[in-house]
Amino acid sequence: MSAAETGGPGSKPNSGRRHFLIGIGVIAGGVAAGQLLRPYLVGGSEAAPKEFKPHAFVRIGADDRVTVIIGKSEMGQGVYIGLPMILAEELDVNPQRLAVEIAGIDPAFNHPFMPAQFTGGSMSVMTTYEALRRVGATARRMIVQAAATEWGVPAAELRTEDGVVFAPDGRSATYGKFVEAASALPVPAKESVALKNRADFRYIGKPQRRLDSRIKVNGAAQFGIDVDLPNMLVAVVARPPQFGATVRSFDASQAKAVRGVVDVKQVPSGVAVIAEHTWAAIKGREALRVEWQDGPGATLSTESLRTERRALLARTGLLAKNQGDAIAALGEARRKIDVEYELPYLAHACMEPLNAVAWVKNERCEMWMGTQGQSQDAQLVAAALGIPPANVQINTTFLGGGFGRRASGASDFAVEAAHVAKGLNRPVKVVWTREDDTRGGYYRPFGLNRVQAAIGADGLPIAYFHRNVSKPVLANTALGSQMIPKDGLDPSTMEGSVDMPYAIPNLRAEVHNTKETVPSLWWRSVGHSGNGFVVNSVIDELANLAGQDPYRYRRALLAGKPRHLAVLDKAAGAASWGKLLPKGHFHGIALQESFNSIVAQVAEVSVSGKQVRVHRVTCAIDCGLAVNPDQVVAQMQSGIVYGLSAALTGEITIEAGAAVQSNFDTYPVLRLAETPAIDVHIVDSDGPLGGVGEPGTPPIAPAVCNAIHAATGQRIRRLPISASLA
Amino acid sequence: MISLTVNGERHDIDADPEMPLLWALRDLIKLTGTKYGCGIAQCGACTIHINGQPARACVTPVSAAVGTEIRTIEGLSPDATHPVQQAWIELDVVQCGYCQSGQVMAAAALLEQNPSPTDADIDAAMNGNICRCGTYPRIRAAVKRAAELKRGGQPA
Repeated sequence: MSAAETGGPGSKPNSGRRHFLIGIGVIAGGVAAGQLLRPYLVGGSEAAPKEFKPHAFVRIGADDRVTVIIGKSEMGQGVYIGLPMILAEELDVNPQRLAVEIAGIDPAFNHPFMPAQFTGGSMSVMTTYEALRRVGATARRMIVQAAATEWGVPAAELRTEDGVVFAPDGRSATYGKFVEAASALPVPAKESVALKNRADFRYIGKPQRRLDSRIKVNGAAQFGIDVDLPNMLVAVVARPPQFGATVRSFDASQAKAVRGVVDVKQVPSGVAVIAEHTWAAIKGREALRVEWQDGPGATLSTESLRTERRALLARTGLLAKNQGDAIAALGEARRKIDVEYELPYLAHACMEPLNAVAWVKNERCEMWMGTQGQSQDAQLVAAALGIPPANVQINTTFLGGGFGRRASGASDFAVEAAHVAKGLNRPVKVVWTREDDTRGGYYRPFGLNRVQAAIGADGLPIAYFHRNVSKPVLANTALGSQMIPKDGLDPSTMEGSVDMPYAIPNLRAEVHNTKETVPSLWWRSVGHSGNGFVVNSVIDELANLAGQDPYRYRRALLAGKPRHLAVLDKAAGAASWGKLLPKGHFHGIALQESFNSIVAQVAEVSVSGKQVRVHRVTCAIDCGLAVNPDQVVAQMQSGIVYGLSAALTGEITIEAGAAVQSNFDTYPVLRLAETPAIDVHIVDSDGPLGGVGEPGTPPIAPAVCNAIHAATGQRIRRLPISASLA
Repeated sequence: MISLTVNGERHDIDADPEMPLLWALRDLIKLTGTKYGCGIAQCGACTIHINGQPARACVTPVSAAVGTEIRTIEGLSPDATHPVQQAWIELDVVQCGYCQSGQVMAAAALLEQNPSPTDADIDAAMNGNICRCGTYPRIRAAVKRAAELKRGGQPA
C-alpha cells in the first residue's frame, strides 16, 4: 500500500501516481479492458522509463499503454468512459484500450467555473469536452511530428488510426515508438491544434462499453469502505439523537470492555468508538452511554415545520422573479387556481453508506474516500486540523452512489474522520451504519409551495405566481455559500420554476428561507426535483381547467421552441399518447429542462385503491451531443428509477428533532419488481452540450401524478404519493 | 478460533460466534467484494452463497457458517467469466457498482435453480437486492442473457 511504503500520510503529497487505476488495455498486447492492474500505483517505479506526458490528462508509454487521468469522481454516471473517450477521439485510440487513472488533487482538474475539484451539477462532460479534445489532439500531433521527423516524411502526409501512425510508403509504427522523441518536442499552443469535425468522429456519439464493468462484477473495484491499510482501525461515531444536540457527558467503561474496542473519544460530532474491526466498533457503540444536551431543535417535528412554512406562505417573500404583473393579472382573471404543493425531506440513500479513511501524522493528513468535492474536503479538513491545505492528500476511490450527498455541505464525513484520526497516529476508517447515514441529515429540503395561476379566454395561462418556503441548500455548502448573493436568494431554490420553458406572460416568484436545525443539501437535480413537480403539475391543472389535452396544451406553451417540441413530441409519439391503452391504464406527461438538457416523460399508470402501479415510462432527451449514447440511456433509466422511488414512497419525517426513518425497512426504495419498463429515445440535436446525470429525475414525479389524476381525478399535491393516498 | 471455508480455502479467524459473516469476510478475511448496505437483510448487497444457496451475510452469524461451503463474489469465477458476469459486462449493467456483487450472486443462485427464469421468476428472485442507480431494467435483461449464455450461447 502506498502510504505504508512511503512512510506515512502525505509523505509524497501531490504525487501523480498514487491513485487507483482501472481498465488497462495495451495496444499491442491485447489485454482485455476492465482488468484491475493494481489498487494503487506507487511512486515513480511504475512509470515506463520512456513515457510521453504532454498534459496532466494523459500519458503514453513506450509500451503503447495510454492512460487517461480523470479528475471527476465515478459514482455510476460513467465518467470513466465518457471523458476518456472524448480524449481518445482526438488522439485516435480505441477507447476500449485505455487505462483510466483516478487523479489526485491537482489544479489541472479544477472545475472551470470555480477554483476547485468537484463533481456535480451534471457538468462533467460539458465542462471538460473542449479541454479533453484539445489535449488528445495535441498529443496526437506531437506523436505525428515525432514520426515525421524520424521517417523524413512531412507530417501532413501521415495518418493515424487506433494508436498507429501510417506513412504513405507503407511504413507504420505504434505510438509507443515515438514517445521519447515526442517528449522532446515543445507543446504546441492549443489554439494551433485543429480539432476533428463532428462528421469525422469515430467514437464520440457511438456506444462505448464501460471500462469498469469487469471490476464491478468480480468484487475487485475498491470503494471507500473497502480501503484497508496496515495497522488500520475502524470507528463508528455515536451522533446526537436530534439535530443540533451536543454531548453532555459519556461513560465509556462498558464500551471499552467490548472485545476489540481500542479507544473511545469525543469528537465535535459526537463520541467515536474506535476498534480493531467494524463489528467491534458497532458493538462498542451499543455499550456506550452518552448523555446528550438538547439543542435548539429539540421539539422540531414535520408538523411544526409545516405550520411554520404555511404561515410564511401567506406573507410576501424575497422577490426572485418579476416578469409582467402576475398579481394584477391574477386579480383580473376569472379562471384561476390557488394551490399548495408539499415536497418532503429526502435522504440520498446511496448504496454505500458514508465512510472515510483518515491518517493524521506529523502535521499531515492523508485520506481515502469516495467524494464529489476533493478541494473543499481538503480545505475543511485542513482547517479542522489546523494544518495547511497542501498537507492534506485525498485519494479518491469509487463512489457507491453520490447523488449530491458526497458533495457534502460542510464536508461532514471527511472532517469527522480527520477528527477521529487526530492523535491516533494510525489510519482509521470511520464507517456510518445505514441508520447513521439515513438519519444523518443533509436532506433534499422540505418545501412548501403556493402557486396562484390563471388562464385567459383561450384557456392558455396568463399568470403564474410561485412562492416557496424551504431551507436553501447552497447556504449549507462551503462552495455554494459563496454563490449566494447578499439578498439571501439561493439561485437553486427557484431553478426550474419561473424559468420554465412554458410560455406564460406574467411570472412572479418569491422565496422564504427557513433556518431549522435539519441540514439541507442538493439532491439529484437540486431545485428541479421539487420545482419540476410543481410546474408540471400546475400546467396539468391549468390544462384541466381549460378543458384541454395536457400534451397538446404543452405544445401550445412551447410554440417557437423546436427542440422542446421535438422532445415532447418524441415522448408522446413513442408512448402512443391519446391512443387506446389497456383497460385501467392512464397516461401522464411532463417536460423539464435542466442542466442544459430537455427531457420529456410519459408515464403509463394504473391505480387500484391506494396501489399505484407504473407500467411503462417513455422518455425522450435532447442533451445536445450524446457522447456515449448507451450511457445517456443508462442515466435516464437511473434518474427515472431514483425519482420514481422518491415520488412513490420517499419521505424523511421529523419527530423530536430527529429523523424518524432509519433503514430500508422504514425508508423504502424502489425494487426490481416495481420497476416499470423504460424506453429511452435520444433526440438528435445540434444544441449545446447538456448533462445527463440529473435531468432524468425531475419529470417522473409529475408524469406519474398527472397520470394518477387522469386515472382517478385525484390531484396529488403532496409527495410522496403514498402519503397523499393514505 | 473459528474455522470457515470460503471459496474452497480454509480460514481460521478469531471472532465472537455472533459476529456477522459479513464483517468476518470483509474485515478479517479481507474479501471486500461482499458489501455492507443495511445490516438487516433488507438490501442484498451482502448476498453470498452458503452451500449453493443465496444468503445474507449481514445476518448470518459466523457460528452458523461453520462447516459450510461459503462462496463470495471473488470465488464465483477465476476471471469474471461466469455467465452472469459475462452478461452483466455485455449489457453494461453496472453504474456505481456497489450493489452489483450482491446482484450477481443472487442472479447466479437463481440460474442454478432455474435455468430459464420468467419475468416473474426474476422479479421474485431479485426483489431483495436494492440498486439505487436504477440498473433494474438492465438486470432483468442481463439475467435472461446469462441464462442464454449458460445454455451455451456465445458471448457477444
